[in-house]
Order: sequence, then structure tokens, then C-alpha cells
Amino acid sequence: MNNILNQIGIENYIFLSVILFCIGVFGVLYRRNAIIVFMSIEIMLNAVNLLFVAFSTYHQDAQGQVFVFFSMAVAAAEVAVGLAILVSIFRNLGSITIDNLKNLKG
Amino acid sequence: MNTNIALVLVLAPFLGFLINVFFGKSLGKSVSGMIGTVSVVVSFVATLYFFMQINNTKQPLSIALFDWIQISNIKVNFGFLLDQLSVLWLLFVTGIGALIHLYSFSYMHDDEKMHSFFAYLNLFIFFMILLVVGSNLLVLFIGWEGVGLCSYLLIGFWYKNQHFNDAAKKAFIMNRIGDLGLLVGIFIIGNLFSTLDYVSLKTAITGATNLNTYWISIAAFCLFIGACGKSAQIPLYTWLPDAMAGPTPVSALIHAATMVTAGIFMITRLNFVFDLAPQVQTIIAIIGAITALVAATIGLVQNDIKKVLAYSTVSQLGLMFLALGLGAYEVAVFHVITHAFFKACLFLGSGSVIHGLHGEQDMRKMGGLKKAMPITYITMLIASLAISGIPLFSGFFSKDEILLVAFEHSIPLWVVASIASIMTAFYMFRLMYLTFFNEFRGTAEQKHHLHESPALITFPLIVLAVLATIGGIISLPFPEYNWLNGYLAPLFTKVATEEHGLGSTEYLLMTLAVIGGVVGIAIAYIKYNKQNTVPAEDAAITGFSKVLYNKYYVDEIYNFVFVKTINELSRFFRDIVETSLSALVFGFGKVTNEIGFYGKKVQNGSIGLYLFAFVLGLCAIVSYLFLAQQ
Repeated sequence: MNNILNQIGIENYIFLSVILFCIGVFGVLYRRNAIIVFMSIEIMLNAVNLLFVAFSTYHQDAQGQVFVFFSMAVAAAEVAVGLAILVSIFRNLGSITIDNLKNLKG
Repeated sequence: MNTNIALVLVLAPFLGFLINVFFGKSLGKSVSGMIGTVSVVVSFVATLYFFMQINNTKQPLSIALFDWIQISNIKVNFGFLLDQLSVLWLLFVTGIGALIHLYSFSYMHDDEKMHSFFAYLNLFIFFMILLVVGSNLLVLFIGWEGVGLCSYLLIGFWYKNQHFNDAAKKAFIMNRIGDLGLLVGIFIIGNLFSTLDYVSLKTAITGATNLNTYWISIAAFCLFIGACGKSAQIPLYTWLPDAMAGPTPVSALIHAATMVTAGIFMITRLNFVFDLAPQVQTIIAIIGAITALVAATIGLVQNDIKKVLAYSTVSQLGLMFLALGLGAYEVAVFHVITHAFFKACLFLGSGSVIHGLHGEQDMRKMGGLKKAMPITYITMLIASLAISGIPLFSGFFSKDEILLVAFEHSIPLWVVASIASIMTAFYMFRLMYLTFFNEFRGTAEQKHHLHESPALITFPLIVLAVLATIGGIISLPFPEYNWLNGYLAPLFTKVATEEHGLGSTEYLLMTLAVIGGVVGIAIAYIKYNKQNTVPAEDAAITGFSKVLYNKYYVDEIYNFVFVKTINELSRFFRDIVETSLSALVFGFGKVTNEIGFYGKKVQNGSIGLYLFAFVLGLCAIVSYLFLAQQ
């Protein structure tokens, strides 16, 4: 087991990813700017990716890393769609504060 | 050949019904009446054919039409059984039926719905024939229900009068109570023997060694309840007097001669079942005797001419049940036949009187009709003599045989039956004297219009009076001249009690019965002819006769005990049970509504709130899973 996990323990990765995830969650909950909310979601996503990679190395199993590639690809596509929607919202409403998006109400 | 004739026999009245019910109105009164009458005459002719054949060959005819029901091991065919009993019954059902159709032709001619009257009458004959010829209990049940329906339709024929409708409903509901008994009896028999066919039942019962007599007794009792309803025995008799609301030909046909004898037919048909249940037979005999007495006492004081005859019918049916209960089926059948003759004659005669008086039924407003209506008078006199048991008339022989049988089995029953017969003689001649003797008590207008009824009405009366006179010859009290007993013998499993010649006791009894009848007539003569008493007005009736006049208040008691209770029960269900049930159901709706009202406020479109709820839910799930792992 001669890898990077010998220098920095797995638990530190877990702590980091939990902290990142929580930052993401609170960002989603407290910020009203749609772009910031979006970024927070990305942070949560990447926190999970980090955990994936850490455990992948810990178990000496490449599957986790493969999974992360997939998830990054999907996230990229999602960002493209999400940003396009945000642009369209901005054009229509002149702001991207999520409080203004009450038109979704049925 | 036989199958076709049997089908004609059964279906002719039904065809008449179909024609009358669909085209009767456009055919006109005369044609529809003619169709109705002819269809029954056709049945009568077909019956005569079978009667000749069976009287010669002594072989019952079994006609299977098709397989009807097959459930597990019970198989029911739809078929006819033409044997001595059913052909005999058919003879007087179709014969008297044809006469009464003829009579109705004139009697109902002023009625705008004459065609539907004939349609119902034909339908009744059809169902009655079905009841009688059916080869098993289920076919009998169809006929049984069918005649009940027709009885309902015909009692309520003048449906614009609410009292008549009530009477019709009462008859229907009372019969329904009995029918439940019949149905349960049929089920038990089907369960015990896996067959409902008379012939196979008889074979099964006579061949079996260890029969379950307990259940057979229960079945017999249930069947007897059915017979009680149809044949108006205590406690289900109160519908019959009310059924007089129907047109008089209906009373004569359905409520005197044919339908009400269906119970006796059924018990005679299943005599081998009842023979196995001596306790039930005792109950039948006692109920019959009590009914005979109670109905006769009520008949003593009635003032409606048809009500007197109705109670007389109940009383006579009671005597028949007495004979049935004592195992003397052939005697009961004999009395059914003679009773059909003289009671149909009496009813038709009373119809003629009512017709002549334009609807008046109260005997207090009659009197002195002897001169105006001689044929009606003479025929009714003959029928009254017959029902009173005066020698040489048919009723004498049949009633005497019943009394004889009663005397052989039990003295108390004989005493009760004798008292009932004396009362019969009294109230019949009370009716005769009040109606035909002394001065006319109606209005001058009515007196002016008094006339003998037309020939179509008097002809059936004459025929029936002749039959009521000579009907006794089919079963004379001398073994060598007793045609009926020999004819019916193959039906009964028990060897008929050894034919005893008439000993001195029998002659004594016969004399006593005749003296009783004469005494009854004499009292009626002194009171209503010599002293010219007219029964008091309704309000002036007091004492015990008031109790009798009000029929022992049985209707009121039934009303109080059953109708009121059921009404209270339904009120309870309506006011309490239904209210609380609907409160429960509405409650669910209301709660859902309220939840929706407050719940919809959450769906306010605020994304922040959604996200918060989303995270909260996620946390909840994660912490649950985390805790569940522990």
C-alpha cells in the first residue's frame, strides 16, 4: 500500500468532502442568486466525486474513478443546459434571483 | 304426441296472455275476452284427454322437456308429471277457470281495462297449470310465485283505490313470508336427497333404510309454512279476507277455488315426506282445526257479503288441513274439489248480486232479492246447502269424511271441526236470509234497477250449482262406490286404512253432523228470517261480537307487533345508523378537504422553501438509515 493515502489518511478526505458537501447545501439554502445556487450544487457534486476517488484508491479499485468520469461528463452537460435555462430566465425577467421564479407555481 | 298435447295444455293460456297483453286494447273487449276464454277451454279439453288416458291406463305420464339446472350433484329437469293428482287438479282449475272466464266476459264488460283483466286471468291459469303439472319442486315453485304475482295484480286490479292497493300488497307480502318457508323446505330436501323430482324423491324415501327424520321433519315444517301462506292458515291468513278487494270473479277463481288450494296440493304431492314427520302432521291438524274454528267465528258477524265468503273459505281450508294433518289426503282432495264447486258458485252468485246492486257489498243494504234474481238465488241456495253439509249435496260427503277421520283420530279435533261446521251452516244461511229474503233495504234507485244477471253470468252459476249438487258421487261413503279413493290410491305410500263399511258409529256421527247443520240453519232462519233482524250498524256493535266483527283485532295486533316494530327499526336505521354512517363518510371528505386547504399553502412556488424541504427530507432519510444501521 504505497500510495498517497499513506501520507494523508482516508478520514481526512472524508472530512473534506463532508465539509464541501455542507458548504454546498448551505449555499443552496441561503443564497438567492441562481448562479451561486448552481455553483453550490456543483460543489456538492464534486464533494461526492472526491469521496469516490478517495475510496477508489483506498480499495485499489478503478471502478470508482471510472464512475467519477461519468459523473463529471454528466455534470458538464447539466451545467450547459442549466446555464442556458438561466440565460433564458434572465432575458425574460431581468434578474436571476430565485425568489422571482414563482411562476412555476401550478 | 303426449308431449305436444301437454305443451298445448300449458301454453294455451300463456298465448292468450301474450295476445291480450300486447294486442288486447286494439282487439276490443269482446275479442280479447273471447281469446282469454278460448285459450282456457283449450287447456280444459287437453286436460280431459289426459284424464281419460290416465283413468284408463293408471300410468302416470312423465314428460321431460329439457335439462334445466345442474349444480354439483343436483340435477333439475324442466318437465311435467301428469298423474292422477295433477290431472284431477287440472280438471277443476281449467274447468272452473273456463267458467269464470265466461262469467267475467259479462261481469267485466263495463270495465275499460277488460283486456288486461283477461290477460292477468290467463297468466294466472298458466302459472297454476305450471304449479300443478311440474315434475319437480322447482317448477312448482315457479308456478307458486307466478300465481302469487297474478293474485297481487288482480287484487289490485282497480288500482286507483289505495285500499285495494294495500290489500294487494298485504297479500303479496304475507305470501312472501310463506314462500320463504317453502324455499327453505325445498333447499333442505334438495340437500338431503340430491333431487327435487317427485318420482325420484318418492323412490329415495321409500327405498331408504336410515332416513334422517330430524331434518325431514324440519323440511316438512318449512313446507307447511309455505302452504300456510298460500292457503291462508293461521297465522298467515289475514291476507285472504282483504284480498276480496279484487273483482269478484278473481275472488271466486283465485281466492276460493284454485290458488288457495295450492298448499293442499303441495302437501298431498309430498305426502310421503309428511308421513315421515308425525309431529308436523299433528301441528298441521291442530292449526287446521283452529283456523277452521277461528275463521268460522269471525264469519258469523261479518256484514260484507264477500267477507263472509272469504272467512268461510279460510274455515273450509282449515278443515282440509285438518284432514291433511290426519293423513287422510284423499279426503282433503275430495273436499278441495267439492269446495271448489260450491264456493266458486257462492262467490259468483255474490258477484251476480253485487253486479245487480251496482257495487253494493253490505248485506244490511240487501234483502228480498229472491224474486228479482231467481237463478242467482236458487244456485246460491244449492251451494249453501252443499257447504252446510245437507245430505245428498256434495259438501255433505266431503265434510262428513273429514269429521269421520277427525273422530277416528282425536275427539277434541272432531268437536272443534263440528262446531266450525255448525257455524258454517249458520253464517251461510244468515247470508242467504239477509240477501234474498224479506224486504229490500237498499235505495229506491237500486230497487228500480234490480234485475237478474245476463245469461253469461247465470250459466256458470247453473253449471257450478249442478256440480255442487252431484259432486259428491265421486267419493261416496261406500267402499265399492268410492271412485276417488281408488283413483288416488297409487299416490299414497300408506295403504289406505282398511276400507271399513259404515258401522253404527259412523251413521250416528253422520246424523249428528246433519243435525248440527240443520240447527245452524234453523237458528239463522229464526233470527234473520222470522224475526227479521238486521245486523247493527258498525258503531252499535258491542261486546264479544265487536271483537269478532273486528276479526279478533288480529290485523291490529300484527300491525302493532310486526309492522310497527319494522317501522321503528327502519326509523332507527334511517335516523341513527344512516346519519352516523354518512357523518363518517362526509367526515373523511371534510378532513381531506381541510388538509388540502392548508397543504396547498406549502405549494407557493418559492424555490427556497422547496430546496429547504428537499434538504430536510434528505437529512431525515440519511439519519434514519444511519440510525437503522445501528
